[in-house]
Amino acid sequence: MLEQKRAGNIGPAQGKAPRTLFLAMLALLLLPATVFAHQETGSITGIVSGLKHPVSGMDHVLAMISVGLWGAQLGAPAVWLLPVAFPMVMAFGGMLGLMGISLPGIEIGIAVSAIVLGAMIVTESRPPLWIAAALVGFFAIFHGHAHGTELPAGSSGLLYSIGFVAATGMLHGVGIAMGLVHAFRGGRLAVRAAGAVVSAAGMFFLARIFV
Amino acid sequence: MRTIDRRPLALAGCLFLAALCLAPQTAHAHLVQTGFGTFYDGVAHLFITPPDLLVAIGLGLLAGLCGAAASRSVVFALPAAWLAGEMAGAFFPSSLALPWLTTVSFGAVGVLVALNANLPRALLVALACGAGLLHGFVNGSTMVAAGTDRLGMIGASVSVFLVITLASGLVVSLRAHWAQVAVRVAGSWIAAIGLLMLGWLVRGQG
Repeated sequence: MLEQKRAGNIGPAQGKAPRTLFLAMLALLLLPATVFAHQETGSITGIVSGLKHPVSGMDHVLAMISVGLWGAQLGAPAVWLLPVAFPMVMAFGGMLGLMGISLPGIEIGIAVSAIVLGAMIVTESRPPLWIAAALVGFFAIFHGHAHGTELPAGSSGLLYSIGFVAATGMLHGVGIAMGLVHAFRGGRLAVRAAGAVVSAAGMFFLARIFV
Repeated sequence: MRTIDRRPLALAGCLFLAALCLAPQTAHAHLVQTGFGTFYDGVAHLFITPPDLLVAIGLGLLAGLCGAAASRSVVFALPAAWLAGEMAGAFFPSSLALPWLTTVSFGAVGVLVALNANLPRALLVALACGAGLLHGFVNGSTMVAAGTDRLGMIGASVSVFLVITLASGLVVSLRAHWAQVAVRVAGSWIAAIGLLMLGWLVRGQG
């Protein structure tokens, strides 16, 4: 360092850079944060609530990621078909809920979805495409019915729906991206292990309903 | 064997659906003030009105999936119809926001994109004109209520032109299979939002 300085490679300004950065970060820490003493309402609350809602419940997160994982395991065309079909069927379930049409055993259906989808990943099941789509679609109705209707008071239903659908779709994307490791030998095992975790979590959710 | 005439039942069903579609809801005049004049207020209007933005993006994606020739027609048909609808709304302002019809319009476009429907050019242009007239009419009514002049309406049509041109141009240029599937996924998202929105409207929280 000293030799570099002597050689003229490091100027005085460059030598002070870490200290300046440290002082700037210290100053940032001292910035005051405004207190918001009011309930958030309006458009932005709707879209933020919609984006947050699917990732706030582990049951929904695991099921959505497992749809992506299973799709990646099945390969084309299932990997494309499932994320196209799922949001529409899920929204149909949400619409049923919003219209006041009740479905029996919603929570059980959600827990069973994690168990079954996880089991499909563990066993690397390859049913015909229409059976895979029907199975995923069946469970999508339960997820839509349970989660699509929980709009916070004072928010816009449309913006909540946009956030909810986008977040769910991104969870599928995460599942598909994780499933890409399936192409490797070790990754294949990792995907199956992830399926086992999802299935075990589903059993926990199911047990929690009855206990 | 005695046959049952189901025509009256079908007619009653159609009338019920028509009444449902025309169910009124108060229009919310929510024009943004950009500070750059009414033209830019109109340009910004599209981006703060989700149903309008969704139908413009959806039609752009659909036109792109139908090919370059279809896109060339739609990029002019939609803004022209939008402007005509706005003028009609300005001359005959209505306090109805017609949320059922606007929701059905963007939801149906989303379904068509998700299904990768290869529509004939005439049908696609007719669809764009219908959607443009409807959404433009609602725009025109709300803009008049908010005190915007015709320059604002032209601004809104220009932003519709920009959105549909960018969306359709992007889709036409796509070559990779996965990218085309991503377009269909976007369509399914738009359809899903439309379905959920119909539920919210039934519940009265649209």
